Amino acid sequence: MSPDPSTVLTLQGVSVVKDGRTILHPLDLTLAERRIGIIGRNGSGKSTLARLFNGIETPSTGTVRLGDRSERRALRRAVGFVFQNPDNQIVYPIVEEDLAFGLKNLKLPADEIRTRIDAVLDRFGLADLRARLTHQLSGGEKQMIALAGVLVMRPATVVLDEPATLLDLWNRNRLMQLITGLEEQVIMVSHDLEMLAGFDRVLLVEAGRIAADGPPAAVIARYRAGAAC
Amino acid sequence: MLTEAYIPGTSPLHRARPLWKVLGLIVICTALFAGPGWPTLGLGGAAVLAGFALARLSPRHAVRALRPLIWILALLFAVQLWLSGWALAGFVVLRFAVLILAAALITLTTRSSEFVDGLMALLAPAPAWVPKARIALAISLALRFLPMVRDLLEEIRQAQAARGLERNLIALAVPLLLRALKSADDISAAIYARSFDAAD
Repeated sequence: MSPDPSTVLTLQGVSVVKDGRTILHPLDLTLAERRIGIIGRNGSGKSTLARLFNGIETPSTGTVRLGDRSERRALRRAVGFVFQNPDNQIVYPIVEEDLAFGLKNLKLPADEIRTRIDAVLDRFGLADLRARLTHQLSGGEKQMIALAGVLVMRPATVVLDEPATLLDLWNRNRLMQLITGLEEQVIMVSHDLEMLAGFDRVLLVEAGRIAADGPPAAVIARYRAGAAC
Repeated sequence: MLTEAYIPGTSPLHRARPLWKVLGLIVICTALFAGPGWPTLGLGGAAVLAGFALARLSPRHAVRALRPLIWILALLFAVQLWLSGWALAGFVVLRFAVLILAAALITLTTRSSEFVDGLMALLAPAPAWVPKARIALAISLALRFLPMVRDLLEEIRQAQAARGLERNLIALAVPLLLRALKSADDISAAIYARSFDAAD
């Protein structure tokens, strides 16, 4: 199924320079596949690249577009972002309140907020966490709530920045199952190469440039070969 | 603490508007200090106990609310006993305990988001230049991250103890501040990633 052109992310001549240091060299990308992975060494610029998609990072040059729109607000509304550490993403002390945060920002009516929270909790089997204190959740539960807090806003695309780094194997597998079942487009930064094996496309970022871009097997093989040197 | 105290429920107190609850607390506090001694204390105490029963809260919740302040109550009692005798010492400590329980009754029956929503409603008539959403968010963030900072402090303390360092305020404060500032950057990004710029 071809993607809706109004929800396709494109980067044109985008670069990021901070304090005189080039984090990302100028690049052009069109991200139309349903499952896209981003890999690379620590400090290669892959997280900076991912943060451009949601407008968290502002490009020094070039434009990030969603369809034909480039306003930051449009990007934030259509592209959800899940951070590596859910403790830095969960804003409210109670699960239900946190899930409502993004929806209240969108000024949705109370009924709609309640319906969407019910739906996302049911979808992930998290209904028993609804009234729990967020700081008392396990790491796995926090990451699920962080993901639910993004999905409840019904974005077209979900960007995940190393979402399994702090998870044990059980929770990593559970998260992967959830991600696999998502209808939304997924762009995931990860060091977990096994997670990306079933994706449609993988980007390898090296020293702020796209060093390889293609099917997972070929790109991951190249990354592994580089790491073996 | 507000974040840790809330007990889910559907009682009339749980459903009451936070503004009315705060006004009720102000009335009880004022009456306890301005009204005639023991009769007012008896009425105030009865009202608070009735509130606990109405909200279907157990005596355990009342004990938990008083426990962190038990040493202050004991000290207060000792000082008043020395200065004024048994009757006044008992009266002052009981009055203080009723005040604490009245405040606890609000925190036990009110979600932090209801406080924030109530605050937003109070700020609604304020001029446009007042950053209402930011003020409300600042309060909810403080409530959310106080337990996190407390856990962080304990983690740093344990890491330092494992390396042989006993309690040292500066050695605790510096890494705590650095980690809190680092988290603050990510938290800020996460807030805006969830369309907070559309809220103001």
